[in-house]
Amino acid sequence: MIMQLAYFAWIRERVGKSEESMQLPGGIATVSDLIDHLCSINDIYKAALGDKTLVRVAVNQTHVALDHPVTDADEVAFFPPVTGG
Amino acid sequence: MASVSVQAGDFRIADEIAALKNGRVDIGAIVTFTGTVRDMDSDLKAMTLEHYPGMTEAELLRVAEEAEKRWPLVGCRVIHRYGRLEPGDNIVLVITMSAHRHAAFEAADFLMDFLKSRAPFWKKEETSEGGQWVDAKESDTDALKRWG
Repeated sequence: MIMQLAYFAWIRERVGKSEESMQLPGGIATVSDLIDHLCSINDIYKAALGDKTLVRVAVNQTHVALDHPVTDADEVAFFPPVTGG
Repeated sequence: MASVSVQAGDFRIADEIAALKNGRVDIGAIVTFTGTVRDMDSDLKAMTLEHYPGMTEAELLRVAEEAEKRWPLVGCRVIHRYGRLEPGDNIVLVITMSAHRHAAFEAADFLMDFLKSRAPFWKKEETSEGGQWVDAKESDTDALKRWG
């Protein structure tokens, strides 16, 4: 499956890009699975997403928990806790 | 009907109130909250606000619509800026209008609490030591518990 990934704030800086389209292997059912897969690619993703307690996720621009399902064509964004206002 | 804007430019509070009021005479109470860039240690040159275009507007609207469900508001407006801002600059404006003051005060307070923990904005400060992302505060998460 192909997924649209987006990164913000220091997670964007560590990954080194703000978005990418990625071909993913089978067996990725949840946001947590997706993070585990990205961290297994290389140390860059591991440095950005390795500590799940610091990572917040939106699927199709809605906040979700780590056990939320992901499917083909979803837009998944990773970012630290928000600091607006 | 709530209205939200995410913009780089500044806002003029009086103009925003007049536009939201739109000549109505049945309002009674107008509350505004303005958040500004704070330089606590005389060392902040600027702060850059990054956001998630699309989700930011959607999330602000969800929070504003929730406020409209909870309180009898006749007007609700949220403006949040992004980009590079300097100490003293406006960041965020919330306007709530209701027949009575308690609803307007409480709704504005609720909007700020939820906006701070839900709207996808991230602040990076520029000081003499370089750039530093601002950490989220636990007190902001705790503030949500007030609203059940």
